[in-house]
This record gives sequence, structure tokens and C-alpha cells, in this order.
Amino acid sequence: MSLIEIKDLHATVGDKEILKGIDLTVNAGEVHAVMGPNGSGKSTLAQVLAGNPAYEVTGGSVTYDGKDLLAMQPEERAQSGIFLAFQYPVEIPGVSNAYFLRAAYNEIRKAHGEEEIDPLEFADFMEEKLALVDMNASMLNRSVNQGFSGGEKKRNEILQMAVLQPRLAILDETDSGLDIDALRIVADGVNKLKRPDNATIVVTHYQRLLNYIVPDFVHVLVNGRIATSGGKALALELEDKGYDWVTHGSSPLPAGAA
Amino acid sequence: MSSSIESLISREYQHGFVTDIESDTMPAGLSEDVVRAISAKKGEPAFMVEWRLKAYRRWLSMKEPHWPNVHYGPIDYQATSYYSAPKTKKPLGSIDEVDPELLKTYAKLGIPLYEQKMLAGVAVDAIFDSVSVGTTMRSELAKHGIIFCSFGEALREHPDIVEKYLGSVVPYSDNFFAALNSAVFSDGSFVYVPKGVRCPIELSTYFRINSADTGQFERTLIVADEGSYVSYLEGCTAPKRSTNQLHAAVVELVALKGATIKYSTVQNWYAGDKEGRGGIYNFVTKRGKAAENAKISWTQVETGSAITWKYPSVILQGDNSVGEFYSVAVVNNKQQADTGTKMIHIGRNTKSTIVSKGISAGEGNNSYRGRVQVLPRATGARNYTQCDSMLVGNRCGAHTFPYIEVGNNSAIVEHEASTSKIGEDQIFYLKARGLSAEQAVSMIVSGFCKEVFKELPMEFALEAQALLGITLEGSVG
Repeated sequence: MSLIEIKDLHATVGDKEILKGIDLTVNAGEVHAVMGPNGSGKSTLAQVLAGNPAYEVTGGSVTYDGKDLLAMQPEERAQSGIFLAFQYPVEIPGVSNAYFLRAAYNEIRKAHGEEEIDPLEFADFMEEKLALVDMNASMLNRSVNQGFSGGEKKRNEILQMAVLQPRLAILDETDSGLDIDALRIVADGVNKLKRPDNATIVVTHYQRLLNYIVPDFVHVLVNGRIATSGGKALALELEDKGYDWVTHGSSPLPAGAA
Repeated sequence: MSSSIESLISREYQHGFVTDIESDTMPAGLSEDVVRAISAKKGEPAFMVEWRLKAYRRWLSMKEPHWPNVHYGPIDYQATSYYSAPKTKKPLGSIDEVDPELLKTYAKLGIPLYEQKMLAGVAVDAIFDSVSVGTTMRSELAKHGIIFCSFGEALREHPDIVEKYLGSVVPYSDNFFAALNSAVFSDGSFVYVPKGVRCPIELSTYFRINSADTGQFERTLIVADEGSYVSYLEGCTAPKRSTNQLHAAVVELVALKGATIKYSTVQNWYAGDKEGRGGIYNFVTKRGKAAENAKISWTQVETGSAITWKYPSVILQGDNSVGEFYSVAVVNNKQQADTGTKMIHIGRNTKSTIVSKGISAGEGNNSYRGRVQVLPRATGARNYTQCDSMLVGNRCGAHTFPYIEVGNNSAIVEHEASTSKIGEDQIFYLKARGLSAEQAVSMIVSGFCKEVFKELPMEFALEAQALLGITLEGSVG
């Protein structure tokens, strides 16, 4: 059985239809890249899967682990193993990163019928997680994302992913705003978290990240639909020829649809 | 700290407090005779009845203040009974008779069933010896010469100290509600810490007495003698009901040379139903006077009452004295709060800090009102004020009324203010990490209030945090 199956998914924000019929199936153990020009609906897809109420699903279905994902609250999705690494991580002033991470981790443990972990155990648990994204323990005492640099925010997202150990991770433009060293650290973290029983959807505008996180499949989103899919070579081809190649060339869509 | 023990002590204390009041409730109305009768029933010394009468006469000439940014119907002062015996409340037969909403809140605060019964006024059998706990604590304090008792007891046993300091910070003529309180106050707390003594425990009203029944016109006097230190906790996170809608308490703090008084409050009086019906009007006067090198620090978490009118203040009289005010005020549904502080800089090199966090949800209306006054001789005075408001939803209100008067040009006065709205994006971010909407709001708000919570004693801070979450429940869809 596939981990997630998206069928003919339509979504709007305000009056504007952004997703116009997405079909995508992801199995455990796979890495999928979703690429596309600005405004093609990549981030909307990520937000809709995580349950952001700012977007309204107007048609289609999403089955996750045999369940109707669209009927679940965002927190239920998170508790059942969906993780969205935000393109723009949100600041929560006055709440320490450690407190936030432990609260989130405990909610997910509770959802699995496990006992809550106390602060001391959690500190031990965090040591290896921090190493994974090359972060200093002092980051844990700072307020969530407040005053973090762009790179720190993205690393903090991957740190959360390491702590919450999702079954389906969705990385929304995790590479944006990262210099090459930070990019490598973030990608290394993601690769180390890869397991046969989990899957990753990497949403990105640029091919660059895919040098580090190598996808099994690449999908190109144009104007709210997947215009074409292929293996990792497709990403290189896109890099070479630009998105115009998809929108004009092999796509059945009208020109200039981006 | 176990509040079941504390509740038991309170219970015990009620029984031992005054005799012959079993069925004693005075007829409604206020007159000189009523004031005299209250004093007589309590067996007070002569100076006290005179003081009460002066207050009453002054009160007659005063008008109820209407400058606060709150709205309520007229109060009929002649319709209230000003003296009611603590024991007249008929206990409920079983926990099944208690309002289930109240029980739900207790459960969320993690209050054990036994204590829930105590708080809700259900008759309970005493299961352990509360007298001994109370006595142990008192004898421990007595070893240090610290007096901690009810106001009535202080009047009987230490009338000289009471007479010396009563009204020295909040005179009976101070304001309408303080005058009313001075005339008719029922009881309250008294603390005296001798010279150079550091009070070894946090003094809590839990330990004291019949607070459930003296709430209406409570009077507290704390005197910290030279070089002493005391930390005092008032209130309780569990919501308290009261049959009296009008509450007008007075708290006076006297910090003599080099003394420090830290006063923390969690106020959770009944706020009324969702329409605001039946909630408490909490009109409180709290003020401290700091002598040379003394320090007074107020920390308050205000979540209850239909209307809060309260400005814990510090008169920085002595040179180098320090005043602090840390406040979290939350309003939800139809609650209204007009709260803040006054820092009056009289002495040289006096310092004050004000950190106020106002949270408005539902149709609540929250006002910060603060006065910073630097008198001409207060050379080198410094004040820092930070005043932040957070809005939850779009039907609530937040207002700031800062008054700054500087009469000495060496003074440095800073005022920072901000207003923010709790973000949908913040809530979604936390939900996407597995937290419920309520947990998310509670976490965001706690973060917002962090600078105030860290001033509270540890255990109190945790309770206050939980309380905040409960107060805001249902405010975010």
C-alpha cells in the first residue's frame, strides 16, 4: 500500500484556484521532488497536505496510511507522522526551543500511546539530534526562531524533523536563502533521517538541492497540475533548459501557463 | 506545596476565629451604627472604631470614581450587608451538587478531588491533623519573631504596631473604595518581619485563614522592618465564587530602611458567565512605601473578576529605593480590566521598573493605566516601562493610558509599548507540530508573558501558566 495517494486535488486560496487537479502517489522509502516555476502551486500543495486552514480544498482526495487525510486536523496529521518543514518558519517569542520541541515530541508520543519524556531524558535525546544538523545546544535556550538567521531557521526545521521522526516529511523550499555550507548541512541531516519506512517530498524551485538530496522521482508542477514526471535526470534537464521547456515543449498545457 | 493542607488550615481557622456569629448577618445598609457594630463584634480597640468612623464620614462626602475605562450599572451601597458571619454558608451535600463547569476547571488545573470539594464548599471530613501543620509553621515563624496572623488577631495582640502603620500608606481618605474598605473591612492578613530577619518561607494566604469569606472587604498590612525580607503570595489559581459582587480590598506595604517586600498575586475571582453576568467587581487599592534602600516588588496575574480596577503602586520615598511592577492581565468574554501602577519617585537615585502584559480575547476590554511621577528632589531617578498588549480575535480591545510627569531634569524615563495580534500563522505552525489549538494559544501567550512569570515563585508560575490557558479556552476557533 502506498504511504500517500493524492487524487485530483483541487484547492483555492480566497477566490483563486491554485491546485487544479494534482495526482501523486508516494511509497515508503521514496524521495520525490516537486519542482516548478514561481506560482505553480508547489507551496500550496505542501500547505494543503499539512492542513493549513488558509487554503480550501475544493475537490479530490488524499489517502494517507489508509486514512482520509483531508478529514484530519493539522495536529492529527502531525501526530500520525506528517511533517512540514516550513519555507518561512514562524517565530514564537518567549517560548524556548527546548520547551517547544519537548511539547511537540510528547504530543506525538502520547498519540502513539507512549509515555511523556521528562526534561532530563529529553536533554540526552537532543544531543545526537543537535549533532545531526550541526547545532549548538545553546540554540535550545533561545526563543523559537526568534532572532535566528535564515540558515538557523531552516536547520531548526530539520532539527524538529529529527526529533519528531515523521513518516512523511514535506520540505517546502528548504533550500531558499541558504548558502552552500548550510545547504549541505541541511541536506546531510535529511539524508541521515531517511529510512525504508519513511518518505520525503522535496518542494524546490532549483535543482541545486537535488545534488544533495537525490530524488527517486521528479515532478514538475505547472499552473496547478503536474505537467511531467520522471527520474532524477529530469531535474538536470530542467536546470539546463529552464521551465519554459516544460511549459512550451513537452507539456500539453497552453504556453505561458506559469 | 499542598493546597489541601492549606485549605484545611483555613477551615480550621474559620472555626477558631470569633465566637457567637453562627447565624449573624447584619441587615443591609450602611450607617455609623453599622460601622460601630462591626467594630464591636470584632472586639476592636478604641482607636480602630474611631478610624473606621472617620473613614465612613469621609466616604459619605466622596463620589464613586468613573474615570476607569470600564462600564457597569450603578451599585446600591445601601443594599449590601456589611457584616456576615463566615460560618453561615451551608455546605453542599455532595460533589454532585457542584457546578460541573467548575469541576471541569478544577480537573484541568490538576486539583485533587478532595481539594475540589474543599474549594467548592462541599462538606468534607478532616482526614489529617491540620492544627498541627498550622502550629508547626507558626512556631517556626515565631522563632524568627515574625508575626503572621489575621488582621483581627493583630488588632487584639499587636494593636500598637497596627495603629502605627495602618493608613500610613493608603490613608482612609485615599479614594472612594479605600474609604469604604477602611470603614467596614471584615478581616485580612497582617505580617510583621523584625529588623534584619529574612523570612524563611513564602508566606501564603493559603496558610492564613478564612480568606474565602473575608474576601469582600479584605485588608492586608505588611510591615518589613529595617533590613528584613519577605515574600508574600496572595490568592489561588482555583476559581473562587463569592456571594458578594463588590470586592474592595486594601493592601498596604511598609518597607523600612533596606527592607525588601515581594508581593505576588494570582487573582481568579469568578468572572461571570459568558455574558459577564454575576462576575465580581474587584476594586482594589494596593500601595507600598519604600524607605531608603528598600525595595518593593509587585507581581500580579489577573485572570478573574468581571471588572478589575487595580493599580499596585510604590512610593519611592527613601533615597536609592526600588519599585517594581510585573503584571499579566487577561480578559476574555465580557471581562473588563483597568489596571496598572503608579511609581512616585521622591527620593534620590530611585529606580522603578514596569512590565505590563495585557491579553484581550473574546469581547474583553483591557486597559493599562500607569503613572510615573518624578518629583523635583528625585535627582537621578530612573524608570523603565514596557507595556505590551496582545489581541486574540477581533472583538476585543486593548488600551494604554500612560501618564508621565517629570520634575527633575536628571531623570531618565523610558516607555516602550507594543500591540500584537496572536497570529494564525503561529497557531498553524504549532498545530503542524502536533499541538492542539488550545495548547498552541497557551504556549504563545505564556511566551508573551514570560518576563512576568519568571518573577513568580516557581510553583505559582506553573499554575499561573495553566490558568492562562484555561482562561483563554475557546477564544480561538
